Amino acid sequence: MSEVQAVSRRWRRPPVLIRNDFWRRAIYSGALLYLLLAIGTLEVDWQRAYEGLERGARFLQGFLTPDFTSRFDQIQRGMVESVTMTVCSTMVGILISVPIGLGAARNISPLPVYLVCRAIISVSRAFQEIIIAILFVAMFGFGAFAGFVTLSFATIGFLAKLLADDIEEIDPRQAEAVRGTGAGWWQVVNYGVQPQVMPRLIGLSLYRFDINFRESAVIGIVGAGGIGATLNTAMDRYDYSTASAILILIIIFVMLAEYSSGYIRKWIQ
Amino acid sequence: MPVWQTEQGPAWRHRTTTAQWLHWLGWLLAAMAFVFCWQIMTVDTKWFFVKDAPSQAADLFSRAWPPKWSYVNTLWRALWDTINIATLGTLIGVILAVPVAFLAARNTTPSHLVLRPFALFVIVASRSINSLIWALLLVAILGPGILAGIIAIALRSIGFVGKLLYEAIEEIDESQVEAVQATGASRAQVIDYGIVPQVLPAFAGICVFRWDINIRESTILGLVGAGGIGLQLQSSLNTLAWSQVTVIFALILATVIFSEWVSSRVRKNII
Amino acid sequence: MLSIEALTKRYKTGDLALKDVSFSIERGQVVGLIGPSGAGKSTLIRCINRLVEPTAGAIRLSDVDIPKLGRTQLKTMRRRIGMIYQEYALVERLTVMENVLSGRLGYVSFWRSLSRRYAQKDVDKAFGLLERVGLSDHVDKRADELSGGQRQRVGIARALEQDPELLLVDEPTASLDPKTSRQIMRLICEICREHDLPAIINIHDVMLAQMFVDRVIGLTAGEVVFDGPPAELDHAALTRIYGEEDWREMRKAADEAAQDASDAAAFKAAEEERMAGTV
Repeated sequence: MSEVQAVSRRWRRPPVLIRNDFWRRAIYSGALLYLLLAIGTLEVDWQRAYEGLERGARFLQGFLTPDFTSRFDQIQRGMVESVTMTVCSTMVGILISVPIGLGAARNISPLPVYLVCRAIISVSRAFQEIIIAILFVAMFGFGAFAGFVTLSFATIGFLAKLLADDIEEIDPRQAEAVRGTGAGWWQVVNYGVQPQVMPRLIGLSLYRFDINFRESAVIGIVGAGGIGATLNTAMDRYDYSTASAILILIIIFVMLAEYSSGYIRKWIQ
Repeated sequence: MPVWQTEQGPAWRHRTTTAQWLHWLGWLLAAMAFVFCWQIMTVDTKWFFVKDAPSQAADLFSRAWPPKWSYVNTLWRALWDTINIATLGTLIGVILAVPVAFLAARNTTPSHLVLRPFALFVIVASRSINSLIWALLLVAILGPGILAGIIAIALRSIGFVGKLLYEAIEEIDESQVEAVQATGASRAQVIDYGIVPQVLPAFAGICVFRWDINIRESTILGLVGAGGIGLQLQSSLNTLAWSQVTVIFALILATVIFSEWVSSRVRKNII
Repeated sequence: MLSIEALTKRYKTGDLALKDVSFSIERGQVVGLIGPSGAGKSTLIRCINRLVEPTAGAIRLSDVDIPKLGRTQLKTMRRRIGMIYQEYALVERLTVMENVLSGRLGYVSFWRSLSRRYAQKDVDKAFGLLERVGLSDHVDKRADELSGGQRQRVGIARALEQDPELLLVDEPTASLDPKTSRQIMRLICEICREHDLPAIINIHDVMLAQMFVDRVIGLTAGEVVFDGPPAELDHAALTRIYGEEDWREMRKAADEAAQDASDAAAFKAAEEERMAGTV
């Protein structure tokens, strides 16, 4: 091979992500400039943060000695509220999501229905649970009911959107074949669409159950019931041992929900 | 879907009798669970307030509209803080998540018995706790302010980025890794040449995706005192200044839509 | 050069993949390893650079017993053994040049490889190899932009960039069409001759093996059942390797392919004649 040896040529690695020279420089220097500005305008009270470390140590201490018993009543009530809120809102959410999801699929719905359903989905997705919860607490008063309405509403945005996207991606030949037999709209949905999207709908519902539980632990902070409210109270009282007990419970419940829903999803498919 | 013989020839039904019963039983159980949960949940519900909700809503709307647009001028600084919380938080979270992901992935972890379970625990703990709760804890420790917000976002991002990244690492094509190993490369070189190029696009996508989510989440961290536009939201809510709340909502909405647009553009260009 | 003695591999599942395999290879000899799928061909060559850990036996390359090496020594040994793969096993998202340079990984420090600052002589060598395999125009293309034959050429260049003393080749043509297969086999064998490099080539295509290699080893159920020059590979030997039925099947398929080819040639000739006639 030495006889075909090329003359010394230099080689430099070509840029990895952005190959265009101008854009690469512009984006990198823009990012750097932003970072400098962001850090420069950061207002941090380091003195206060430093003092907080001692409190952090206390918190860590509290976290390592979780106290489930002294406020057991409140913890239990919060947990039961969270779980029941999750169950009810997921079920109601699914029941409402299915028709809206069908309506929001362009390939099986007429344009006006499609637009209305998509609008509902967009509204529900635009704001996160906590903001919706603020509004519903203002309307329904404090407590689990506002949380239930919040989570049901948020479930619609999630499930109906993914269901609709799923239906839009089905194999059109199967639905066409069913339509070709002279089937009506309901029959097309039942025979041509449902079998194709059902497994994913079940999977998504279980996944949403999971998310709803996590969220139920948060919306209590703005007064919508559940374990989040209990946690907030414990933090206000500087009762870190109870707070840590609640956090541990949340982690365990989330893991349980995640593993069991993952298990059921695998079992269904 | 069973077929069986009868005197009139074969017959067909959608389900067997048992399957049909189980089917109905499933629905029944679901309905019962719902009613049961519903009753427990609504024990403390004041139905008077629920019935009153439409008039409350009407009242709320009348106070929220028209929005007090001039209020927006006091919000720019808070918006800038919000974006910084999200971006710096994502940055820190991603930097911490990368080693965690490599420790958690089955094919790159140096120790299956100690480090992998530890990394998985970090991921689960970070994911189970919402950033608002992280912020609640950090505000108690570090005091109110933007720093608590940044760290809260970072802590929540570790789990999200770590999980998706380690799944991406586990899904790589092992033959490419094997080929790099066979050249006599060291462990670090195998990661650099065999693994990083394979997960880089997924990684970039995950980061941008998380940044988008973090922008959303950082808008409300102020509710517990962790800086950003949520602080203004909290004070407007406390003074029942609903016309200001509307302005804040509109600004949050615009920011969220913008970040979603950016993130989908970037992800489309990566893939 | 390379000698293998009583090599045995038993997988954790209990399957005995290699039974007491022994042979040795001289400098510059190209060996074709044939046998039905599941015979242990792939396991055998992976035992040599220990991508698969052998259970028992000795593998000596220039008097170093490979199974006894520690981690660091193994790395040094691996860089002396080049490997070419069935599905190319290129790092798809790196450029052609980076893939070829990755052959130097065993020689350079981590920081050098991370920053891609290779010594100029490594880069020169890579350029030379890419020219040799006919890919000079594709240096900065990403590997996944290339066709199958081109990718396998990159794989060859990567293996040679290691300055290997031995080449292990695992089904180099299994993912390629017949014409490209022949080109790739010819290229590998030519290069081995140029460098006086010994090679073990796993190959399922007996005809292709007979065309190019110096020596054939037949493996059946983990045992060597044939070892000799390709000319001695007769009907009886092939029956021993593949079993009566499979060998007949294979030959029939090959005959049909040959028939198709000659039919096509005849058709083309007739066509040309007709064209000539009309003119």
